[in-house]
Amino acid sequence: MIQQSPSRLALQRLLQNRLAVAGAALLVLIALSCVLLPALLGLDATRTQPALHHLPPSARFLFGTDVLGRDLFARVLVGGRTSLLVGIAATAVSVLVGVSYGAIAGFYGGKVDEAMMRLVDFLYGLPYMFLVILIMLMFSETARGDMLPVFLALGLVQWLTMARIVRGQVLMLRRQEFVLAAELIGASDARILIRHVLPNVLGVVVVYATLMVPSVIILESFLSFLGLGVSLSWGQLVSDGIAVVNPIRSCWWMLLWPSVFLGATLLSLNFLGDGLRDALDPKARS
Amino acid sequence: MIETLVLLFGLALLAATAWCPPKLTRVLGSLLFALTAAVVLRFSFGVSIALVCALVAAVLSYRFLPLLVLRRVVFLVPALVLLIFATTLLMYRAPGNPFANERATSAQVESALRAQYGVPKNAPEFFAIYMRRLLVKGTLGPSIKVQGRTVEELIAPAFPVSVALGLLSLTLSVFIGLTLGILAGLRRNSAADHLSMALALFGISLPNFVLGAAAMIVFSLWLGWLPVAGWGSLSHLVMPAFALSLPNAAIIARLARSGMIEVLQQDFIRTARAKGLPESWVIARHALRGSLIPVVSFLGPAAAATMTGSFVVEVLFAVPGMGQWFVKGAINRDYSVVLGTAIVYFGMIILFNLLVDLAYAWLDPRVRGSDA
Repeated sequence: MIQQSPSRLALQRLLQNRLAVAGAALLVLIALSCVLLPALLGLDATRTQPALHHLPPSARFLFGTDVLGRDLFARVLVGGRTSLLVGIAATAVSVLVGVSYGAIAGFYGGKVDEAMMRLVDFLYGLPYMFLVILIMLMFSETARGDMLPVFLALGLVQWLTMARIVRGQVLMLRRQEFVLAAELIGASDARILIRHVLPNVLGVVVVYATLMVPSVIILESFLSFLGLGVSLSWGQLVSDGIAVVNPIRSCWWMLLWPSVFLGATLLSLNFLGDGLRDALDPKARS
Repeated sequence: MIETLVLLFGLALLAATAWCPPKLTRVLGSLLFALTAAVVLRFSFGVSIALVCALVAAVLSYRFLPLLVLRRVVFLVPALVLLIFATTLLMYRAPGNPFANERATSAQVESALRAQYGVPKNAPEFFAIYMRRLLVKGTLGPSIKVQGRTVEELIAPAFPVSVALGLLSLTLSVFIGLTLGILAGLRRNSAADHLSMALALFGISLPNFVLGAAAMIVFSLWLGWLPVAGWGSLSHLVMPAFALSLPNAAIIARLARSGMIEVLQQDFIRTARAKGLPESWVIARHALRGSLIPVVSFLGPAAAATMTGSFVVEVLFAVPGMGQWFVKGAINRDYSVVLGTAIVYFGMIILFNLLVDLAYAWLDPRVRGSDA
């Protein structure tokens, strides 16, 4: 039998996991429709038609309309762009910060590691929402429509777990023979880290990054719910939906559709993340 | 610019406490401990008694407190000061100020108001005034937006509300999470396992305000079993506590499951079974403890997450807790309210983490006794 590469084996295991594949497929479907459908169908998320407010779902308005008669279908799709973009970009920021911080702490070890991790522990203990809200306030007026501060604020509070995980891995790899061998032939620290250590951490990073995207999306929806979001997103739509909940007249569609999209996205991300973890974990090979 | 440098320097100093040798830690720790005691006690017992108490506290803590606790003190007291400083900087960076409103305020009125509330134009001066007020007068200062009230008058009624909600939801999440997780771990790959892990995945995947809103519609509007929102009776507590606990319960369930599976493969479990102990005894006496360890170490972050969640849940269910004050304070630029709530939250998390560490030492014999 031909020896297969570990990554190929991992891919095979991933493809055998039906939930993970379904999650990935659903994710691609949601992302594609959010990006393409509004333009293809000529939908407008901002056009108000006051005469047509609070309409239940119909053939004309698939998901109904909102308080100002805006098409909810269009709004859910456009809002999804923000949520997905924030999830991916903020995760990228936190991966960048977390991996470099954790790698340096784990690589140098000893007192450097202790001091760096102490800082992480301190930040870990803070209610991170508190920091996010303060950072968001800092940009609150300049930031209408500009999402960079959101990426930064969310990314900068999410990197801690990543730093811890990467540090643990690097600490372990540091003592392996191939790193010693690289040191022996005189490779520089930077070269050892980038060429030899980091590629071995990649699997774990990918897994946790996948699991981090949903938590970032949730955080962003918290902000939107509290009225601190910067542009139309699923969180804001859910919040609008909650605002019209009352015992006299229920506009269930305004709460249901954004919640369904939000929930489906988060669920499929978690399925995919769990699947990746099982696939890449060498211990799970049985 | 200088403020940022000071902040970075403070962070570096904080990290440098890792290098602090044991002897110095002992001296510094007991000194800081005594200082804190003196500052706190002075308001209730007067200066002289407080000083005596502080002296006793310094000697006692130098002699008897474990190094682990002193190390924490050396780290936490400066951390609190740094937190206040950093929060002040961030608030001053935010556009607007507490005195900016729709009606134009004349420069004279504004400067008079600034003097009255102790809110000068730049952050370091405000920090100095705030710290002096906190240490000398022992007050969190007047609220700027809620006129005629001090911050402690605002927080005092909100604090027990938040604590009750937080503790109940933590208890619920531990209870639900452990039950599901241990059942799943004991019957791996059974229907019960798959069902509880599916439930856990839903708990992780849905933001608490979506769950809360759904519960609100079903239980309050359709079935009429529970009040929609507000505070006052036990029935008001049910939905917010559940909404707040589910995400944590989901994570605890997963941790407990994997902890259980791991423990059941250990040698000491085989020994216990080989001794002929009944299976229920093996699980209750030997396995349960080990499987609790990952759960307990998650409780620290869980407490922080509960507070984060409570910002949202308190707003959703109109619960008059501290989260609301923090959010309102932040939006209104009510600097002293934001700082006051921040200090209280930080104190609560410190206390909770200390409890978690003690529980950890009790559960895991390997941690006990090591003076790390």
